[in-house]
Amino acid sequence: MSSEQREHIVSSFDADLSRLDNMIAEMGGLAESQLARSIEALRRRDVEAAEKIVPADKRIDNLEDEIYEFTVKLIALRQPMADDLRIVISAIKISGVLERIGDYAKNISKRTIVLKKSPNMSGALNTVSRMGSLVQSMIKNTLDAYIARDADKAKDVRDRDREVDLLHTSLFRELLTYMMEDPRFITPCTHLLFVAKNIERIGDHATGIAEQVHFMVHGEMPHDDRPKGDSSSTTTVTPEEVENGNGAAAP
Amino acid sequence: MSEPAQTLDAEPQIGDVDVAVPDPKISARKVDVFYGNKQALFGVDLDIGSRMVTSLIGPSGCGKSTFLRCMNRMNDVIDGCRVTGDLYLDGEDIYGKSVDVVQLRALVGMVFQKPNPFPKSIYDNVAYGPRIHGLAATPGEFDEIVERSLTRAGLWNEVKDRLAEPGTGLSGGQQQRLCIARAIAVSPEVILMDEPCSALDPIATARIEELIDELRKNFTIVIVTHSMQQAARVSQRTAFFHLGNLVEVGDTEQIFTNPQEQRTQDYITGRFG
Repeated sequence: MSSEQREHIVSSFDADLSRLDNMIAEMGGLAESQLARSIEALRRRDVEAAEKIVPADKRIDNLEDEIYEFTVKLIALRQPMADDLRIVISAIKISGVLERIGDYAKNISKRTIVLKKSPNMSGALNTVSRMGSLVQSMIKNTLDAYIARDADKAKDVRDRDREVDLLHTSLFRELLTYMMEDPRFITPCTHLLFVAKNIERIGDHATGIAEQVHFMVHGEMPHDDRPKGDSSSTTTVTPEEVENGNGAAAP
Repeated sequence: MSEPAQTLDAEPQIGDVDVAVPDPKISARKVDVFYGNKQALFGVDLDIGSRMVTSLIGPSGCGKSTFLRCMNRMNDVIDGCRVTGDLYLDGEDIYGKSVDVVQLRALVGMVFQKPNPFPKSIYDNVAYGPRIHGLAATPGEFDEIVERSLTRAGLWNEVKDRLAEPGTGLSGGQQQRLCIARAIAVSPEVILMDEPCSALDPIATARIEELIDELRKNFTIVIVTHSMQQAARVSQRTAFFHLGNLVEVGDTEQIFTNPQEQRTQDYITGRFG
């Protein structure tokens, strides 16, 4: 189906659909910036900045409600069909995902506030920060793909989630090593484990949006299994490995 | 023109979609229709599956009603109308020389846009067809056909105490169900419906739609409708016509969620210029 879409005979329907796009774009932009700001605050151990992120999540939550109400109204009043229907249904799903992304960013900020009271884990923070920018660019690209109805661009996002998974696994291993080396690192490392997990989940959610874009464009979910690289669930580090220096460098 | 439908040229397709169904009740191949010099249908290939509802959709003048009327030769009565190509009912040529048109229309019944009961009693409206076709001999047999047909049409309980009253005295929705009872009284195999609900309110429409869903257990139904929602609700297969061409046919669910042709998409989403 061509991407050059004709206008509806009822032009207010087009206005409604473009309003829906704008709401998703706004929500996506907010979620992306919340993530960027939370990673930045974490890296700089900036409690003041982190504290501002927590209340800003409210706007994302409100947008999800607005999108939900608006899509219900659209379905009731316009009875969208075919690609229009897919757009409306995708908007509901994507807004739910963006709301979750906002929650994860908020959680990262809460942990930043706690981490300030523990030793600085600058080595691990660099990896976390790298994961963060990777995932942030995934969100941006997946939203661009949504607005442009570009399934190929969405596929690129999907393929990049593997990099996030690999970083997560290596970070997981790194943090376990620090904890075994020195019990004083247990508190900050545990929080960082959750931060890393949050970012990894955000990557999965960005992938979910990318799959939704594929559905919008092609009318079906992608059939192939997406590439996965996260083996943190089965990762172990033994004391011997730490002693032999096979764990990680000092924090 | 008398070979069975199964041996027709292999698997006509529209785009990637196969127009053939495994067990076709009616098969149309390369059907052209002309009104005088004006061509109304262009090489339509379409199968109508047994005991399911097929809806024909498309903008006014697209040829969907013309195609519907080919299936029981209602076009014969229109001056200057010419049908070419092949149409088979259970493998029998609908336009064959030996076909008795009256018999054909008993097998392929029709319900029209506006309810059109005869100016007779409710009873006689239903008994009329069986009488001229000699389907019953005794008054008891007629009573049985009338009751069974009205019951199947979902009207029996509403009219059983006033069968002698004129059919024209019923409400619009009841009149349409009476017309459906009249159509099924002669035990047809196919029922053609030309916008059967367009003159009815939403409640009467819902009753007819419920009835169509019930009837498809025993009959093959083809419905022309301008209501996309109705096509989506009542039919299992949908065919989209435009400017005398069959543009796309497929499972109703697929047509309304993920049509393959741009013109279908434009029409059902309200983008048609």
